[in-house]
Amino acid sequence: MLLVVPIQTALSLALAVLVNRRILRGKGFFRTAFYFPSVTSSVAITVVFLFLFTASGSVNRMLSYLSVDGPNWIDDPRGVLHVILNALGVDQPPAPLQSAPFLGLSWWQWLAGPSVAMCVFIIMAIFTTSGTFMLLFLAALQNISGEVEEAAMVDGTTAWQRLRYVTIPMLRPTIFTVVTLGLIGTWQVFDQIYTGTRGSPGKTTLTPAYLSYETSFNGQQWGRGAAIAFILFAIIVAMTIVQRIVLVERDIVPARKRFYRTGGTPGGEKP
Amino acid sequence: MTAVADAPVRADGAGAPPGRRPPTARWMTTTSLVYALLVALAVVYIFPFLISISTSFKTTADAAGNPLSLVPATFTTAAYERLFLNSDFPLWFQNSVIVTLVVTLGRVMFVSMAGYALARLPFRGRGVVFAGVVAVMAVPSVVLLIPKFLVINTLGIYDSYAGLIIPLLADAAGVFIMKNFFESIPPSVEEAARIDGAGTFRVFWSVVLPMARPPLVTIVILSFQGSWNELSHFIVASQSQELFNLTKGVAQLASGALSQGTQYPLKLGAAVIMTIPVAVLFFVFQRRIMNASAGAVKG
Repeated sequence: MLLVVPIQTALSLALAVLVNRRILRGKGFFRTAFYFPSVTSSVAITVVFLFLFTASGSVNRMLSYLSVDGPNWIDDPRGVLHVILNALGVDQPPAPLQSAPFLGLSWWQWLAGPSVAMCVFIIMAIFTTSGTFMLLFLAALQNISGEVEEAAMVDGTTAWQRLRYVTIPMLRPTIFTVVTLGLIGTWQVFDQIYTGTRGSPGKTTLTPAYLSYETSFNGQQWGRGAAIAFILFAIIVAMTIVQRIVLVERDIVPARKRFYRTGGTPGGEKP
Repeated sequence: MTAVADAPVRADGAGAPPGRRPPTARWMTTTSLVYALLVALAVVYIFPFLISISTSFKTTADAAGNPLSLVPATFTTAAYERLFLNSDFPLWFQNSVIVTLVVTLGRVMFVSMAGYALARLPFRGRGVVFAGVVAVMAVPSVVLLIPKFLVINTLGIYDSYAGLIIPLLADAAGVFIMKNFFESIPPSVEEAARIDGAGTFRVFWSVVLPMARPPLVTIVILSFQGSWNELSHFIVASQSQELFNLTKGVAQLASGALSQGTQYPLKLGAAVIMTIPVAVLFFVFQRRIMNASAGAVKG
Protein backbone atom coordinates (compact mmCIF):
# COMPACT_ATOMS: atom_id res chain seq x y z
CA MET A 1 0.00 0.00 0.00
CA LEU A 2 2.84 2.35 0.71
CA LEU A 3 3.91 1.86 -2.87
CA VAL A 4 0.79 3.45 -4.27
CA VAL A 5 1.26 6.95 -2.95
CA PRO A 6 4.70 7.83 -4.29
CA ILE A 7 3.97 6.29 -7.66
CA GLN A 8 0.58 7.88 -8.09
CA THR A 9 1.89 11.26 -7.00
CA ALA A 10 4.82 11.11 -9.37
CA LEU A 11 2.75 9.80 -12.24
CA SER A 12 -0.05 12.30 -11.86
CA LEU A 13 2.43 15.15 -11.55
CA ALA A 14 4.15 13.96 -14.70
CA LEU A 15 0.83 13.71 -16.50
CA ALA A 16 -0.16 17.19 -15.40
CA VAL A 17 3.12 18.73 -16.46
CA LEU A 18 2.93 17.01 -19.80
CA VAL A 19 -0.68 17.92 -20.42
CA ASN A 20 -0.17 21.47 -19.23
CA ARG A 21 2.27 22.34 -22.00
CA ARG A 22 0.99 25.44 -23.64
CA ILE A 23 1.50 24.28 -27.17
CA LEU A 24 -0.13 20.92 -27.27
CA ARG A 25 -2.66 19.64 -29.69
CA GLY A 26 -5.35 17.31 -28.49
CA LYS A 27 -4.95 18.57 -24.94
CA GLY A 28 -8.59 17.81 -24.27
CA PHE A 29 -8.23 14.31 -25.63
CA PHE A 30 -5.32 13.46 -23.37
CA ARG A 31 -6.97 14.94 -20.32
CA THR A 32 -10.08 12.92 -21.01
CA ALA A 33 -8.11 9.75 -21.54
CA PHE A 34 -6.25 10.13 -18.26
CA TYR A 35 -9.26 11.19 -16.26
CA PHE A 36 -11.76 8.69 -17.58
CA PRO A 37 -10.73 5.80 -15.30
CA SER A 38 -11.44 8.02 -12.31
CA VAL A 39 -15.11 8.47 -13.11
CA THR A 40 -15.95 4.90 -13.96
CA SER A 41 -17.18 2.51 -11.35
CA SER A 42 -14.51 0.80 -9.32
CA VAL A 43 -16.44 -2.45 -9.66
CA ALA A 44 -16.30 -2.29 -13.44
CA ILE A 45 -12.61 -1.50 -13.44
CA THR A 46 -11.92 -4.33 -11.05
CA VAL A 47 -13.69 -6.74 -13.38
CA VAL A 48 -11.60 -5.51 -16.29
CA PHE A 49 -8.39 -5.82 -14.31
CA LEU A 50 -9.25 -9.30 -13.13
CA PHE A 51 -9.50 -10.23 -16.78
CA LEU A 52 -6.30 -8.47 -17.80
CA PHE A 53 -4.35 -10.16 -15.03
CA THR A 54 -5.54 -13.74 -15.28
CA ALA A 55 -2.90 -16.40 -15.81
CA SER A 56 -3.62 -16.45 -19.54
CA GLY A 57 -4.69 -12.83 -19.67
CA SER A 58 -3.58 -9.86 -21.71
CA VAL A 59 -0.77 -8.75 -19.43
CA ASN A 60 0.88 -12.14 -19.32
CA ARG A 61 0.48 -12.44 -23.07
CA MET A 62 2.23 -9.13 -23.47
CA LEU A 63 4.98 -10.25 -21.09
CA SER A 64 5.42 -13.45 -23.06
CA TYR A 65 6.28 -11.37 -26.12
CA LEU A 66 9.14 -10.09 -24.04
CA SER A 67 9.78 -13.75 -23.16
CA VAL A 68 8.95 -13.24 -19.50
CA ASP A 69 6.82 -15.81 -17.77
CA GLY A 70 4.15 -13.79 -16.08
CA PRO A 71 3.07 -14.88 -12.63
CA ASN A 72 -0.38 -16.16 -11.84
CA TRP A 73 -1.13 -12.65 -10.68
CA ILE A 74 -4.31 -12.64 -8.72
CA ASP A 75 -3.79 -16.03 -7.08
CA ASP A 76 -0.19 -15.53 -6.13
CA PRO A 77 0.35 -14.89 -2.41
CA ARG A 78 4.13 -14.62 -2.57
CA GLY A 79 5.65 -11.32 -1.64
CA VAL A 80 7.28 -9.39 -4.43
CA LEU A 81 10.59 -9.07 -2.60
CA HIS A 82 10.59 -12.80 -1.94
CA VAL A 83 10.04 -13.43 -5.62
CA ILE A 84 12.96 -11.17 -6.51
CA LEU A 85 15.19 -12.77 -3.89
CA ASN A 86 14.18 -16.19 -5.14
CA ALA A 87 15.33 -15.26 -8.59
CA LEU A 88 18.64 -14.24 -7.07
CA GLY A 89 18.95 -17.61 -5.42
CA VAL A 90 17.90 -16.73 -1.90
CA ASP A 91 14.97 -18.88 -0.92
CA GLN A 92 15.58 -19.56 2.74
CA PRO A 93 15.30 -16.64 5.14
CA PRO A 94 18.50 -15.90 7.02
CA ALA A 95 18.22 -17.05 10.61
CA PRO A 96 17.96 -13.70 12.39
CA LEU A 97 15.03 -12.72 10.24
CA GLN A 98 13.14 -15.90 10.88
CA SER A 99 12.67 -15.27 14.58
CA ALA A 100 12.10 -11.85 16.14
CA PRO A 101 8.37 -11.73 15.74
CA PHE A 102 6.72 -8.34 15.52
CA LEU A 103 2.93 -8.25 15.79
CA GLY A 104 2.80 -11.98 15.19
CA LEU A 105 4.68 -12.08 11.90
CA SER A 106 8.37 -12.77 11.52
CA TRP A 107 10.54 -10.05 10.04
CA TRP A 108 10.97 -12.23 6.98
CA GLN A 109 7.27 -12.00 6.41
CA TRP A 110 7.17 -8.28 7.09
CA LEU A 111 9.86 -7.80 4.52
CA ALA A 112 8.00 -9.78 1.90
CA GLY A 113 6.62 -6.65 0.29
CA PRO A 114 3.18 -6.62 -1.25
CA SER A 115 2.04 -9.95 -2.60
CA VAL A 116 1.91 -10.41 -6.33
CA ALA A 117 -1.87 -10.35 -6.06
CA MET A 118 -1.70 -7.06 -4.21
CA CYS A 119 0.38 -5.62 -7.04
CA VAL A 120 -2.66 -5.89 -9.26
CA PHE A 121 -4.57 -3.73 -6.83
CA ILE A 122 -1.66 -1.35 -6.54
CA ILE A 123 -1.57 -0.90 -10.29
CA MET A 124 -5.33 -0.50 -10.30
CA ALA A 125 -5.24 2.13 -7.56
CA ILE A 126 -2.65 4.08 -9.49
CA PHE A 127 -4.69 3.72 -12.66
CA THR A 128 -7.90 5.03 -11.13
CA THR A 129 -6.56 7.83 -8.97
CA SER A 130 -3.87 9.40 -11.10
CA GLY A 131 -6.49 11.18 -13.22
CA THR A 132 -8.06 12.96 -10.27
CA PHE A 133 -4.73 14.00 -8.92
CA MET A 134 -3.64 15.11 -12.35
CA LEU A 135 -6.54 17.56 -12.29
CA LEU A 136 -5.45 18.89 -8.90
CA PHE A 137 -1.94 19.44 -10.21
CA LEU A 138 -3.30 21.04 -13.37
CA ALA A 139 -5.31 23.51 -11.35
CA ALA A 140 -2.23 24.35 -9.33
CA LEU A 141 0.00 24.62 -12.40
CA GLN A 142 -2.38 27.09 -13.96
CA ASN A 143 -2.13 29.26 -10.87
CA ILE A 144 1.60 29.62 -11.32
CA SER A 145 1.98 32.73 -13.40
CA GLY A 146 3.91 32.53 -16.62
CA GLU A 147 6.19 35.33 -15.45
CA VAL A 148 7.97 33.06 -13.02
CA GLU A 149 8.82 30.64 -15.74
CA GLU A 150 9.84 33.43 -18.08
CA ALA A 151 12.18 34.79 -15.47
CA ALA A 152 13.75 31.40 -15.13
CA MET A 153 13.99 31.10 -18.89
CA VAL A 154 15.76 34.42 -19.16
CA ASP A 155 18.22 33.14 -16.60
CA GLY A 156 19.10 30.45 -19.09
CA THR A 157 17.71 27.39 -17.37
CA THR A 158 16.91 24.18 -19.16
CA ALA A 159 13.38 22.83 -19.15
CA TRP A 160 14.39 20.17 -16.63
CA GLN A 161 15.93 22.71 -14.28
CA ARG A 162 12.81 24.84 -14.50
CA LEU A 163 10.70 21.86 -13.56
CA ARG A 164 12.98 20.80 -10.76
CA TYR A 165 13.80 24.16 -9.15
CA VAL A 166 10.85 26.37 -10.04
CA THR A 167 7.71 24.39 -10.75
CA ILE A 168 7.98 21.63 -8.19
CA PRO A 169 8.80 23.88 -5.22
CA MET A 170 5.82 26.03 -6.14
CA LEU A 171 3.63 22.97 -6.31
CA ARG A 172 4.60 21.84 -2.84
CA PRO A 173 1.25 22.56 -1.22
CA THR A 174 -0.55 20.58 -3.91
CA ILE A 175 1.92 17.75 -3.60
CA PHE A 176 1.18 17.58 0.11
CA THR A 177 -2.54 17.59 -0.53
CA VAL A 178 -2.24 14.82 -3.09
CA VAL A 179 -0.04 12.72 -0.84
CA THR A 180 -2.48 13.04 2.03
CA LEU A 181 -5.50 12.31 -0.11
CA GLY A 182 -3.64 9.36 -1.53
CA LEU A 183 -2.71 8.02 1.89
CA ILE A 184 -6.26 8.41 3.12
CA GLY A 185 -7.56 6.77 -0.02
CA THR A 186 -5.32 3.74 0.17
CA TRP A 187 -6.33 2.99 3.74
CA GLN A 188 -9.96 2.69 2.80
CA VAL A 189 -9.85 0.63 -0.35
CA PHE A 190 -12.91 -1.54 -0.16
CA ASP A 191 -14.84 -1.95 -3.40
CA GLN A 192 -11.93 -3.42 -5.31
CA ILE A 193 -11.19 -6.04 -2.69
CA TYR A 194 -14.84 -6.93 -2.28
CA THR A 195 -15.23 -7.36 -6.01
CA GLY A 196 -11.91 -9.01 -6.61
CA THR A 197 -10.25 -11.31 -4.18
CA ARG A 198 -11.94 -10.80 -0.80
CA GLY A 199 -8.61 -10.93 0.94
CA SER A 200 -7.33 -14.13 -0.62
CA PRO A 201 -4.77 -15.50 -1.42
CA GLY A 202 -3.41 -16.03 2.06
CA LYS A 203 -4.87 -12.79 3.44
CA THR A 204 -2.36 -10.82 1.42
CA THR A 205 -4.91 -8.50 -0.14
CA LEU A 206 -6.80 -7.64 3.02
CA THR A 207 -7.23 -3.92 3.57
CA PRO A 208 -8.32 -2.45 6.91
CA ALA A 209 -11.62 -1.36 5.42
CA TYR A 210 -12.42 -4.77 4.04
CA LEU A 211 -11.25 -6.48 7.21
CA SER A 212 -13.65 -4.35 9.23
CA TYR A 213 -16.55 -5.30 6.98
CA GLU A 214 -15.58 -8.96 6.93
CA THR A 215 -15.25 -9.23 10.70
CA SER A 216 -18.57 -7.63 11.47
CA PHE A 217 -20.84 -8.72 8.66
CA ASN A 218 -19.56 -12.18 7.91
CA GLY A 219 -17.92 -13.02 11.22
CA GLN A 220 -20.70 -11.44 13.28
CA GLN A 221 -18.08 -9.91 15.56
CA TRP A 222 -19.55 -6.46 15.62
CA GLY A 223 -17.44 -5.05 18.42
CA ARG A 224 -14.25 -6.14 16.74
CA GLY A 225 -15.31 -4.82 13.34
CA ALA A 226 -16.26 -1.49 14.86
CA ALA A 227 -12.93 -1.35 16.65
CA ILE A 228 -11.07 -1.91 13.38
CA ALA A 229 -13.14 0.79 11.74
CA PHE A 230 -12.39 3.14 14.60
CA ILE A 231 -8.64 2.53 14.43
CA LEU A 232 -8.87 3.18 10.72
CA PHE A 233 -10.71 6.41 11.44
CA ALA A 234 -8.07 7.43 13.98
CA ILE A 235 -5.30 6.81 11.46
CA ILE A 236 -7.09 8.88 8.85
CA VAL A 237 -7.76 11.71 11.29
CA ALA A 238 -4.11 11.67 12.33
CA MET A 239 -3.04 11.94 8.72
CA THR A 240 -5.46 14.79 8.11
CA ILE A 241 -4.10 16.64 11.13
CA VAL A 242 -0.54 16.18 9.93
CA GLN A 243 -1.58 17.59 6.60
CA ARG A 244 -3.25 20.57 8.28
CA ILE A 245 -0.10 21.34 10.23
CA VAL A 246 2.01 21.13 7.12
CA LEU A 247 -0.45 23.32 5.22
CA VAL A 248 -0.41 26.00 7.90
CA GLU A 249 3.35 25.93 7.88
CA ARG A 250 3.62 26.44 4.19
CA ASP A 251 1.13 29.29 4.16
CA ILE A 252 4.16 31.35 5.10
CA VAL A 253 6.20 30.02 2.22
CA PRO A 254 4.26 31.63 -0.65
CA ALA A 255 4.63 35.01 1.02
CA ARG A 256 8.39 34.58 1.06
CA LYS A 257 8.29 33.33 -2.51
CA ARG A 258 6.40 36.39 -3.58
CA PHE A 259 9.10 38.54 -2.04
CA TYR A 260 11.76 36.69 -3.98
CA ARG A 261 9.80 36.93 -7.15
CA THR A 262 9.32 40.70 -7.02
CA GLY A 263 12.97 41.01 -6.20
CA GLY A 264 13.97 38.69 -9.00
CA THR A 265 11.91 39.92 -11.93
CA PRO A 266 13.47 43.41 -12.34
CA GLY A 267 16.87 41.80 -12.21
CA GLY A 268 15.79 39.44 -14.92
CA GLU A 269 14.56 42.28 -17.11
CA LYS A 270 17.73 44.36 -16.98
CA PRO A 271 19.84 42.41 -19.44
CA MET B 1 11.20 19.12 -43.72
CA THR B 2 9.29 22.28 -44.44
CA ALA B 3 6.05 20.68 -43.45
CA VAL B 4 7.52 19.56 -40.15
CA ALA B 5 9.08 22.94 -39.50
CA ASP B 6 5.77 24.60 -40.21
CA ALA B 7 3.85 22.92 -37.46
CA PRO B 8 5.40 24.61 -34.41
CA VAL B 9 5.21 28.00 -36.11
CA ARG B 10 1.49 27.67 -36.48
CA ALA B 11 1.24 26.44 -32.93
CA ASP B 12 3.19 29.53 -31.90
CA GLY B 13 0.55 31.75 -33.37
CA ALA B 14 -2.24 29.89 -31.60
CA GLY B 15 -0.67 29.31 -28.22
CA ALA B 16 1.49 32.46 -28.01
CA PRO B 17 4.38 31.02 -26.03
CA PRO B 18 6.46 33.39 -23.99
CA GLY B 19 9.81 33.00 -25.73
CA ARG B 20 8.82 33.32 -29.41
CA ARG B 21 12.11 31.84 -30.41
CA PRO B 22 12.36 30.02 -33.72
CA PRO B 23 11.85 26.26 -33.42
CA THR B 24 15.24 24.70 -32.98
CA ALA B 25 16.03 21.10 -33.73
CA ARG B 26 16.33 20.35 -30.04
CA TRP B 27 12.99 21.89 -29.30
CA MET B 28 11.50 19.73 -32.03
CA THR B 29 12.89 16.55 -30.54
CA THR B 30 11.59 17.41 -27.08
CA THR B 31 8.18 18.14 -28.49
CA SER B 32 8.00 14.91 -30.40
CA LEU B 33 9.26 13.02 -27.35
CA VAL B 34 6.53 14.57 -25.25
CA TYR B 35 3.96 13.58 -27.82
CA ALA B 36 5.27 10.04 -28.00
CA LEU B 37 5.17 9.75 -24.23
CA LEU B 38 1.67 11.15 -24.04
CA VAL B 39 0.35 8.90 -26.75
CA ALA B 40 1.93 5.86 -25.10
CA LEU B 41 0.40 6.76 -21.76
CA ALA B 42 -2.97 7.45 -23.32
CA VAL B 43 -2.87 4.02 -24.93
CA VAL B 44 -2.15 2.46 -21.54
CA TYR B 45 -5.08 4.31 -20.03
CA ILE B 46 -7.58 3.60 -22.79
CA PHE B 47 -6.54 0.08 -23.64
CA PRO B 48 -8.33 -1.64 -20.73
CA PHE B 49 -11.61 -0.10 -21.84
CA LEU B 50 -11.14 -1.02 -25.48
CA ILE B 51 -10.22 -4.56 -24.63
CA SER B 52 -13.21 -4.98 -22.36
CA ILE B 53 -15.54 -3.79 -25.10
CA SER B 54 -14.05 -6.11 -27.69
CA THR B 55 -13.85 -9.07 -25.32
CA SER B 56 -17.50 -8.72 -24.46
CA PHE B 57 -18.26 -9.55 -28.10
CA LYS B 58 -16.00 -12.58 -28.16
CA THR B 59 -16.80 -16.16 -27.38
CA THR B 60 -15.51 -17.48 -24.09
CA ALA B 61 -12.86 -19.60 -25.77
CA ASP B 62 -11.73 -16.72 -27.95
CA ALA B 63 -11.48 -14.44 -24.92
CA ALA B 64 -9.23 -16.89 -23.14
CA GLY B 65 -7.18 -17.71 -26.22
CA ASN B 66 -6.58 -14.24 -27.62
CA PRO B 67 -6.71 -11.90 -24.67
CA LEU B 68 -4.83 -9.16 -26.51
CA SER B 69 -6.62 -8.92 -29.83
CA LEU B 70 -8.96 -6.00 -30.21
CA VAL B 71 -11.05 -7.65 -32.92
CA PRO B 72 -13.17 -10.65 -31.97
CA ALA B 73 -12.41 -13.73 -34.06
CA THR B 74 -16.10 -14.49 -34.22
CA PHE B 75 -18.33 -11.60 -33.47
CA THR B 76 -21.06 -12.72 -31.10
CA THR B 77 -23.53 -11.02 -28.83
CA ALA B 78 -24.04 -14.18 -26.81
CA ALA B 79 -22.72 -12.56 -23.65
CA TYR B 80 -25.21 -9.72 -23.90
CA GLU B 81 -28.05 -12.07 -24.75
CA ARG B 82 -27.28 -14.10 -21.67
CA LEU B 83 -27.02 -11.02 -19.54
CA PHE B 84 -30.33 -9.59 -20.62
CA LEU B 85 -32.39 -12.70 -21.17
CA ASN B 86 -31.08 -15.30 -18.74
CA SER B 87 -29.93 -13.48 -15.68
CA ASP B 88 -30.92 -10.92 -13.11
CA PHE B 89 -29.02 -8.28 -14.96
CA PRO B 90 -32.07 -6.29 -16.16
CA LEU B 91 -33.33 -6.24 -12.60
CA TRP B 92 -30.01 -4.92 -11.32
CA PHE B 93 -30.00 -2.31 -14.02
CA GLN B 94 -33.52 -1.25 -13.16
CA ASN B 95 -32.70 -0.99 -9.46
CA SER B 96 -29.64 1.07 -10.22
CA VAL B 97 -31.67 3.42 -12.38
CA ILE B 98 -34.38 3.83 -9.75
CA VAL B 99 -31.95 4.45 -6.93
CA THR B 100 -29.76 6.78 -8.94
CA LEU B 101 -32.65 8.88 -10.22
CA VAL B 102 -34.33 9.25 -6.85
CA VAL B 103 -31.06 9.97 -5.09
CA THR B 104 -30.06 12.56 -7.66
CA LEU B 105 -33.43 14.32 -7.49
CA GLY B 106 -33.46 14.18 -3.72
CA ARG B 107 -29.96 15.50 -3.42
CA VAL B 108 -30.65 18.44 -5.69
CA MET B 109 -33.61 19.35 -3.54
CA PHE B 110 -32.25 18.78 -0.05
CA VAL B 111 -28.76 19.99 -0.74
CA SER B 112 -29.92 23.26 -2.26
CA MET B 113 -32.40 23.90 0.56
CA ALA B 114 -29.86 23.09 3.23
CA GLY B 115 -27.23 25.18 1.50
CA TYR B 116 -29.60 28.13 1.29
CA ALA B 117 -30.60 27.84 4.94
CA LEU B 118 -26.99 27.71 6.03
CA ALA B 119 -26.05 30.62 3.83
CA ARG B 120 -28.93 33.01 4.40
CA LEU B 121 -31.42 32.12 7.11
CA PRO B 122 -30.39 33.30 10.54
CA PHE B 123 -31.12 30.68 13.17
CA ARG B 124 -29.54 29.60 16.40
CA GLY B 125 -26.75 27.10 16.06
CA ARG B 126 -26.20 27.70 12.38
CA GLY B 127 -22.47 27.70 12.87
CA VAL B 128 -22.63 24.42 14.76
CA VAL B 129 -24.74 22.80 12.06
CA PHE B 130 -22.34 23.93 9.39
CA ALA B 131 -19.36 22.71 11.37
CA GLY B 132 -21.18 19.39 11.66
CA VAL B 133 -21.63 19.22 7.90
CA VAL B 134 -17.94 19.87 7.33
CA ALA B 135 -17.02 17.28 9.95
CA VAL B 136 -19.19 14.69 8.22
CA MET B 137 -17.35 15.38 5.01
CA ALA B 138 -14.09 14.42 6.69
CA VAL B 139 -15.30 11.00 7.83
CA PRO B 140 -14.58 8.31 5.28
CA SER B 141 -17.60 6.24 4.31
CA VAL B 142 -16.03 2.84 4.98
CA VAL B 143 -15.65 3.73 8.63
CA LEU B 144 -19.38 4.32 8.84
CA LEU B 145 -20.48 0.98 7.44
CA ILE B 146 -21.31 -0.59 10.78
CA PRO B 147 -23.12 2.37 12.36
CA LYS B 148 -24.96 2.82 9.07
CA PHE B 149 -26.17 -0.76 9.17
CA LEU B 150 -27.26 -0.44 12.79
CA VAL B 151 -29.20 2.75 12.12
CA ILE B 152 -30.86 1.35 9.02
CA ASN B 153 -31.80 -1.75 10.94
CA THR B 154 -33.21 0.17 13.89
CA LEU B 155 -35.31 2.32 11.61
CA GLY B 156 -36.76 -0.83 10.10
CA ILE B 157 -35.83 0.07 6.55
CA TYR B 158 -33.26 -2.67 6.10
CA ASP B 159 -33.66 -4.52 2.83
CA SER B 160 -36.04 -2.03 1.23
CA TYR B 161 -35.80 0.70 -1.36
CA ALA B 162 -36.13 3.19 1.47
CA GLY B 163 -33.01 1.75 3.05
CA LEU B 164 -31.14 1.96 -0.21
CA ILE B 165 -32.20 5.51 -0.99
CA ILE B 166 -32.78 7.55 2.16
CA PRO B 167 -29.26 7.37 3.62
CA LEU B 168 -27.84 8.63 0.33
CA LEU B 169 -30.25 11.55 -0.01
CA ALA B 170 -28.18 14.17 1.70
CA ASP B 171 -24.60 14.80 0.91
CA ALA B 172 -22.32 17.01 2.94
CA ALA B 173 -20.07 17.98 0.06
CA GLY B 174 -23.14 19.11 -1.91
CA VAL B 175 -24.40 21.23 0.98
CA PHE B 176 -20.98 22.78 1.16
CA ILE B 177 -20.91 23.63 -2.53
CA MET B 178 -24.43 25.10 -2.48
CA LYS B 179 -23.79 27.15 0.65
CA ASN B 180 -20.71 28.66 -0.92
CA PHE B 181 -22.64 29.49 -4.05
CA PHE B 182 -25.60 31.08 -2.27
CA GLU B 183 -23.25 33.20 -0.24
CA SER B 184 -21.78 34.55 -3.45
CA ILE B 185 -25.15 35.92 -4.63
CA PRO B 186 -25.51 39.58 -3.66
CA PRO B 187 -28.17 39.87 -0.92
CA SER B 188 -29.70 42.88 -2.66
CA VAL B 189 -31.35 40.55 -5.17
CA GLU B 190 -33.23 38.79 -2.41
CA GLU B 191 -34.03 42.03 -0.62
CA ALA B 192 -35.72 43.35 -3.74
CA ALA B 193 -37.90 40.24 -3.92
CA ARG B 194 -38.67 40.47 -0.22
CA ILE B 195 -39.81 44.07 -0.56
CA ASP B 196 -42.11 42.91 -3.31
CA GLY B 197 -43.72 40.71 -0.65
CA ALA B 198 -42.19 37.28 -1.29
CA GLY B 199 -41.80 34.90 1.64
CA THR B 200 -38.63 33.01 2.41
CA PHE B 201 -39.56 29.95 0.42
CA ARG B 202 -40.78 32.04 -2.46
CA VAL B 203 -37.51 33.95 -2.55
CA PHE B 204 -35.61 30.69 -2.52
CA TRP B 205 -37.74 28.97 -5.12
CA SER B 206 -38.39 31.68 -7.69
CA VAL B 207 -35.44 34.02 -7.26
CA VAL B 208 -32.37 32.28 -5.93
CA LEU B 209 -32.76 28.76 -7.23
CA PRO B 210 -33.02 29.75 -10.91
CA MET B 211 -29.73 31.57 -10.49
CA ALA B 212 -28.10 28.45 -9.11
CA ARG B 213 -28.05 26.42 -12.27
CA PRO B 214 -24.26 25.98 -12.58
CA PRO B 215 -23.72 24.52 -9.10
CA LEU B 216 -26.88 22.44 -9.46
CA VAL B 217 -25.50 20.84 -12.59
CA THR B 218 -22.39 20.03 -10.60
CA ILE B 219 -24.54 18.46 -7.88
CA VAL B 220 -26.43 16.41 -10.44
CA ILE B 221 -23.21 15.10 -11.95
CA LEU B 222 -21.61 14.30 -8.63
CA SER B 223 -24.63 12.56 -7.19
CA PHE B 224 -25.41 10.63 -10.35
CA GLN B 225 -21.90 9.36 -10.60
CA GLY B 226 -21.67 8.80 -6.86
CA SER B 227 -24.83 6.80 -6.45
CA TRP B 228 -24.40 4.86 -9.67
CA ASN B 229 -20.95 3.72 -8.59
CA GLU B 230 -21.79 3.25 -4.91
CA LEU B 231 -21.15 -0.24 -3.62
CA SER B 232 -20.48 -0.43 0.10
CA HIS B 233 -23.71 1.26 1.11
CA PHE B 234 -25.81 -1.19 -0.89
CA ILE B 235 -23.96 -4.15 0.54
CA VAL B 236 -24.74 -2.95 4.02
CA ALA B 237 -28.31 -1.86 3.41
CA SER B 238 -29.84 -4.88 1.69
CA GLN B 239 -29.44 -8.55 1.09
CA SER B 240 -32.35 -9.86 -0.93
CA GLN B 241 -31.87 -10.69 -4.61
CA GLU B 242 -34.64 -8.33 -5.71
CA LEU B 243 -32.76 -5.33 -4.39
CA PHE B 244 -29.43 -6.07 -6.03
CA ASN B 245 -28.22 -3.19 -8.11
CA LEU B 246 -25.55 -3.11 -10.76
CA THR B 247 -22.47 -2.61 -8.63
CA LYS B 248 -23.46 -5.30 -6.19
CA GLY B 249 -24.60 -7.70 -8.88
CA VAL B 250 -21.53 -7.30 -11.01
CA ALA B 251 -19.29 -7.59 -7.97
CA GLN B 252 -20.95 -10.89 -7.18
CA LEU B 253 -20.64 -11.97 -10.78
CA ALA B 254 -16.95 -11.13 -10.71
CA SER B 255 -16.16 -13.06 -7.58
CA GLY B 256 -17.69 -16.09 -9.21
CA ALA B 257 -20.78 -16.55 -7.08
CA LEU B 258 -23.19 -16.63 -10.01
CA SER B 259 -21.21 -17.88 -12.94
CA GLN B 260 -19.57 -21.15 -13.71
CA GLY B 261 -16.02 -20.99 -14.98
CA THR B 262 -14.40 -17.82 -16.11
CA GLN B 263 -16.95 -16.44 -18.61
CA TYR B 264 -15.04 -13.29 -19.23
CA PRO B 265 -17.21 -12.01 -22.10
CA LEU B 266 -20.19 -12.07 -19.74
CA LYS B 267 -18.44 -10.26 -16.92
CA LEU B 268 -16.84 -7.71 -19.18
CA GLY B 269 -20.14 -7.13 -20.97
CA ALA B 270 -21.71 -6.35 -17.62
CA ALA B 271 -18.84 -4.03 -16.79
CA VAL B 272 -19.17 -2.27 -20.14
CA ILE B 273 -22.89 -1.71 -19.72
CA MET B 274 -22.53 -0.35 -16.24
CA THR B 275 -19.87 2.04 -17.47
CA ILE B 276 -21.98 3.45 -20.30
CA PRO B 277 -24.31 5.81 -18.36
CA VAL B 278 -21.44 7.39 -16.47
CA ALA B 279 -19.39 7.57 -19.65
CA VAL B 280 -22.21 9.38 -21.45
CA LEU B 281 -22.57 11.80 -18.57
CA PHE B 282 -18.82 12.28 -18.56
CA PHE B 283 -18.56 13.12 -22.22
CA VAL B 284 -21.55 15.45 -22.15
CA PHE B 285 -20.37 17.45 -19.16
CA GLN B 286 -16.65 16.83 -19.55
CA ARG B 287 -15.42 20.32 -18.97
CA ARG B 288 -17.64 20.88 -16.00
CA ILE B 289 -16.78 17.56 -14.36
CA MET B 290 -13.10 18.33 -14.58
CA ASN B 291 -13.59 21.76 -13.04
CA ALA B 292 -16.02 20.53 -10.43
CA SER B 293 -13.92 17.73 -9.07
CA ALA B 294 -10.81 19.85 -8.90
CA GLY B 295 -12.78 22.59 -7.20
CA ALA B 296 -14.65 20.36 -4.81
CA VAL B 297 -11.54 18.79 -3.39
CA LYS B 298 -9.80 22.10 -3.14
CA GLY B 299 -12.70 23.68 -1.28
